[in-house]
Amino acid sequence: MNTKRNVLWKIFLSTLYLSAFTFGGGYVIVTLMKKKFVDQYRWIDEDEMLDLIAIAQSSPGAIAVNGAIVVGYKLAGMTGAVTAIIATILPPFVIISLISVFYTAFRDNFIVSQLLEGMQAGVGAVIAAVVFEMAVGVVHGKNPLSIIIMILAFAATCFWGINVVYVVIACALLGILRAGMEKRRKKH
Amino acid sequence: MIYIQLFFSFLQIGLFSFGGGYAAMPLIQEQIVTSHSWLSMSEFTDLITISQMTPGPIAVNSATFVGIKIAGIPGALIATTGCILPSCIIVTLLAKLYLKYRSMGMLQSVLNSLRPAVVAMIASAGISILITAFWGSDSSMTLTSIHWSMVIIFILCFLLLKKAKMNPVAVMILAGVLKLAVSFLGG
Repeated sequence: MNTKRNVLWKIFLSTLYLSAFTFGGGYVIVTLMKKKFVDQYRWIDEDEMLDLIAIAQSSPGAIAVNGAIVVGYKLAGMTGAVTAIIATILPPFVIISLISVFYTAFRDNFIVSQLLEGMQAGVGAVIAAVVFEMAVGVVHGKNPLSIIIMILAFAATCFWGINVVYVVIACALLGILRAGMEKRRKKH
Repeated sequence: MIYIQLFFSFLQIGLFSFGGGYAAMPLIQEQIVTSHSWLSMSEFTDLITISQMTPGPIAVNSATFVGIKIAGIPGALIATTGCILPSCIIVTLLAKLYLKYRSMGMLQSVLNSLRPAVVAMIASAGISILITAFWGSDSSMTLTSIHWSMVIIFILCFLLLKKAKMNPVAVMILAGVLKLAVSFLGG
């Protein structure tokens, strides 16, 4: 029986499970959500799920949280969305709370501090590898405007010290302008 | 007062981070290191490292971590609420619009313009993390004050990720162990 309470409980448990055990960020979690809600429960059909994922990915904020909202909202309205959000937030909230207690207690320990220091170089390498791949993707797109945006945004944030919020707003406005121009061109 | 500051800082992080993954990182750095000095650059780097090794989005992890450090559990709850509130409103609205009109042309165009900028901003944040790793927090950036062991660990990790396609968490743990080994050998 799929009573409302039953559905909410299932939403809660499955999003909690996905949030607690998914390492590797939002893109991974939305794929697993698709597996769970489309392939296993058959609550959402595949095409609709792909569009919901697109909404989750193009909205601001964490993709895992956005994904939980769209799925929860689609399945059970506002209560569904709230249930899914709480289940998604709970695991990282508990884990990081515990870690932050240990962090202040152990940061001054020699072994821990050396490990963390070395890991700074490691995380720097992880970010460098990700950026490298993304930048190659932009360059291969062969869109001159995208390449110009990338160079200008880098100069603005790295050398000119411009607040990243302004860069985001400027690019969003540019996107709206481009969409408007595209529409006008199609009319003519 | 501190609660209001935490709330609005994380509201901005939630509102302006597009693209998932590392996209929130430059915004978090701007808010908690540059504007409010709630964390040092070195603590911020530790936070990113911890986020990589635990489940959950970087923004939510940061909200909990910074919230607790600045104002305890209530601070963490308020920061987390601030960080997810824009998502709640915008995503629900878009889902509503989508279920009604089934078209997202404008949104796609905005996203296409944002993507290259997001790459650039993540690069900038990555560079400040590497500066912290190579020179430490306070010292000036000269060739003589650079920690060469860290540079070598970085290059090794980068190659393991790019060439051997090693798991990122495994690479970070290896980096930590290598540094520990170097410091025991007196480096």
